[in-house]
Amino acid sequence: MEWLSEFGAIAAMQGFNGLSVFCVLLLMALGLAIIFGQMGVINMAHGEFLTVGAYTTYLVSVLTLKYLPELQPYYFFVAIVLSFVIAGALGWLAEWALISKLYHRPLDTLLATWGLSLVMQQAFRSIFGAREVSASMPDWLMGSFNPTDAIDIPRNGLFVMAVTLLLTAAIFFLLYRSRWGLQVRATVQNRVMSRAVGINTKKVDRMTFALGCGVAGVAGAAFTTIGSTGPTSGSLYIVDTFLVVVFGGAASLFGTIASAFSIAQTQSIAEFFISGSMAKVLTLSAVILILMLRPQGLFSIKVRK
Amino acid sequence: MNSTLDKFFGGKQGGIGLLVLAALILVVFPLALDSFRLNMVGKYLTYAFVAVGLVLCWGYGGILSLGQGIFFGLGGYCMAMFLKLEASDPESTKIQSTPGIPDFMDWNQITELPLFWQPFQSFGFTLLAVVAVPAILALVIGMAMFKRRVGDVYFSIVTQAIAAILTILIIGQQGLTGGVNGITDLKTLLGWDIRTDEAKIILYFVNAALLLGCILIGRFILASKLGRLLMAMRDKEERVRFSGYDVASFKIFVFCVAASFSAIGGAMFTLQVGFMSPSFVGIVPSIEMVIFAAVGGRMSLLGAVYGALLVNYGKTVFSESFPELWLYFMGGLFIAVVMYFPNGLAGLWHSHASKWLARLRLPSRRQPPAAAAQPAEQPPASGAGTIDAVPAKQLESTP
Amino acid sequence: MTGFQMPKPVLAIEGLTVSFDGFKAVDDLNLYLDRNEVRVVIGPNGAGKTTVLDLICGKTRATSGSIQFDGRELTKMKEFDIVRAGVGRKFQNPSIYENLSVFENLEMSYPAGRKVFGALFFKRSAEVIARVEEVAAEIGLAGQLHSEAGLLSHGQKQWLEIGMLLMQDPELLMLDEPVAGMSVSERAQTAELLKRISQGRSVLVIEHDMEFVKSIAHKVTVLHQGKVLAEGSMDAVQNNPKVIEVYLGH
Repeated sequence: MEWLSEFGAIAAMQGFNGLSVFCVLLLMALGLAIIFGQMGVINMAHGEFLTVGAYTTYLVSVLTLKYLPELQPYYFFVAIVLSFVIAGALGWLAEWALISKLYHRPLDTLLATWGLSLVMQQAFRSIFGAREVSASMPDWLMGSFNPTDAIDIPRNGLFVMAVTLLLTAAIFFLLYRSRWGLQVRATVQNRVMSRAVGINTKKVDRMTFALGCGVAGVAGAAFTTIGSTGPTSGSLYIVDTFLVVVFGGAASLFGTIASAFSIAQTQSIAEFFISGSMAKVLTLSAVILILMLRPQGLFSIKVRK
Repeated sequence: MNSTLDKFFGGKQGGIGLLVLAALILVVFPLALDSFRLNMVGKYLTYAFVAVGLVLCWGYGGILSLGQGIFFGLGGYCMAMFLKLEASDPESTKIQSTPGIPDFMDWNQITELPLFWQPFQSFGFTLLAVVAVPAILALVIGMAMFKRRVGDVYFSIVTQAIAAILTILIIGQQGLTGGVNGITDLKTLLGWDIRTDEAKIILYFVNAALLLGCILIGRFILASKLGRLLMAMRDKEERVRFSGYDVASFKIFVFCVAASFSAIGGAMFTLQVGFMSPSFVGIVPSIEMVIFAAVGGRMSLLGAVYGALLVNYGKTVFSESFPELWLYFMGGLFIAVVMYFPNGLAGLWHSHASKWLARLRLPSRRQPPAAAAQPAEQPPASGAGTIDAVPAKQLESTP
Repeated sequence: MTGFQMPKPVLAIEGLTVSFDGFKAVDDLNLYLDRNEVRVVIGPNGAGKTTVLDLICGKTRATSGSIQFDGRELTKMKEFDIVRAGVGRKFQNPSIYENLSVFENLEMSYPAGRKVFGALFFKRSAEVIARVEEVAAEIGLAGQLHSEAGLLSHGQKQWLEIGMLLMQDPELLMLDEPVAGMSVSERAQTAELLKRISQGRSVLVIEHDMEFVKSIAHKVTVLHQGKVLAEGSMDAVQNNPKVIEVYLGH
């Protein structure tokens, strides 16, 4: 019986591992799912907005420790809100200065936002230095959760999971249950008509983009609990993130979730058998192959054009 | 009429532009620069191959590949494998536990030359592989993507992902590829030492000649009906398809041509610089190569060369004197080119310099109305105003 | 059906159905087209008219049913093979290459140099030039051969696209709203053009303009909700109570 419970523990932890990867992918992809999925804008600087959130969290942690050390256990909640606001505001600015001028040129948007990402990376380097930094963790995020002796689940992982869940729910509510979400979806479907019925599509675009960037900021804040932050932290994942969104079928939030889940599970199962880098090669190749068979992504509807 | 020659040289205007470029890289640079700087320009010019390819497939074909580093790298690696095998003869590797195989294999406990390395002992095979391996990969990617009508944005992202995969693969398989350091310590080509100043000058000229050759091929393609079809497809793909054309096959063709050009550039890079590494394969170098074409002008084959030269010169200057400013400059360049100069240097040339030149000699000759009427932005696809697209009107007038 | 008295139809559509997410845009459609016939398809918006053309030329794939053209099954063929088999299709909005000259637009549709290397080594022979000039004269653009297509009037662009189809010398010519946005005199000219070019081929037209339909149609098919509601001469169809109900009740 002993080996069975041990096996169960390994399976549980391995499963948890996969879930963590899933949460990380989903967190990164959520903001992009809004920007790319709903607006069709290719934002190559998406990873940098994530980094903005991470650095914001780091700054808040440093400042709290310096001026209000007794509040240190709770700084994280302030940090999440600030990350959202700052990343969102920067996104608003980027949409106003850059993206809004390029709506009909998707490939050019891609190049311009790549330029933006380079500028932002260098700005991070100038402000925070090239070395990676880490926010100080409050006690309640340290250590792990042990339902049995053999199972060891880190608390920060659980926290990231909770953030992912809440954020996904919030986005779902915003997009599908709020008036603003209705305007976004209307604009996506028919810009001219939306304008005709009195929707300020420019404002909707700007808010959507800002929201997507803000969500990336929250994701960045969550990431500080599981890793350190450097100037290029965000950009490392940009391609994976795009693949998650594209693979899911760009316009479907459910697709994004399902695709993040399947990619994460493939990756962590493959890692069990082969090296991490080869597992990544395998996963990415599989995604590309499936995309060739189903260019519209996994979840997309057939429409009359 | 010499219409075939016209196709290659792009009429009188295109011919002059080509002569100026040829004079610059074949005469001015070699005379004005010492062998170190000349070698550096030679390195920049290997990127120009990629940029010229991108003008064909992105500027004219509308296919933005963000993975040209794949092909540059594959071409470079094919050449590097041959040179590495030559440098790893049993005599000079006798201190290894397995003499006669590349040193990095020995360090990774590999005792036998892997199968896919063996054909690279032949120079003939290597020359073939430099072009064929990347072209076949481009063919496979192109078939899979274009036959399935993957959208242009998706295509860009997928090429980027493939570049990422290849980089991870090369770095991960250290024993087979030399890993993150790449393939280094290349010495001789068929016994000829490529590290001497003299060899570098000769290689520079070989490189320059090959580049001019690629430009001529590019011109021939653009001047043919295929060139017009590419532009027609970019603007009205459905119309072309329902005029009886297999749109995918044209995209595949131009993508393969761009890949082959990049690969030649990569092979010449290896020869001139003396190594090849995964840092020329991945996402970042690939997208940088796009900016060379964008700065030069995405619709101009000659502009691409100037773009590659200028951006890389800028990179060298910046990273020597103000390394921290380089990324700001590069990022700003991406944004500025896209937002304010979509046709790059070639566009600026047409909207400003050529008018100014025309004014200088105006009293003697009337400017042809077709060229004078070109708007500064988007040059018309008929190409009467672009530097090197053969003005279709000229062809028309030859019965 | 009255097929027994007719020669073999050029185009035979049988049981054609396409559904988008459960919505049947075309539902069990049957349609036969004879040689030298000009058929006009009318019907309210959303009746599936354009979808039928899309299905014939391969732009949309049928869910079930068959489209026989000259004894060849089109539903499984690639778009460019369908064109090469002799089906030409004009789109609803004039779809021409604005940046190319009228000559180049027409030349682009010349049925040679259609493969990669054929196009690479395509030569503008005297034959090509003669053919382009002939078609340009037919569509009334002989005087504008060397002007940029983007500078043409809307009506001329429509003619140019028809001319591009004529270059292919198709057996079946499909026109989606060819006179939309044309002036009265342009409409009359287009009607004349259609009468001339329908010699020796079949023409399938979608049109809303009833005056124009009357002037060109041999037979009219009325589509409604993806099905044939009525078929026959213009007069018969116009007096058909079902048709009247659909149009007035809509």
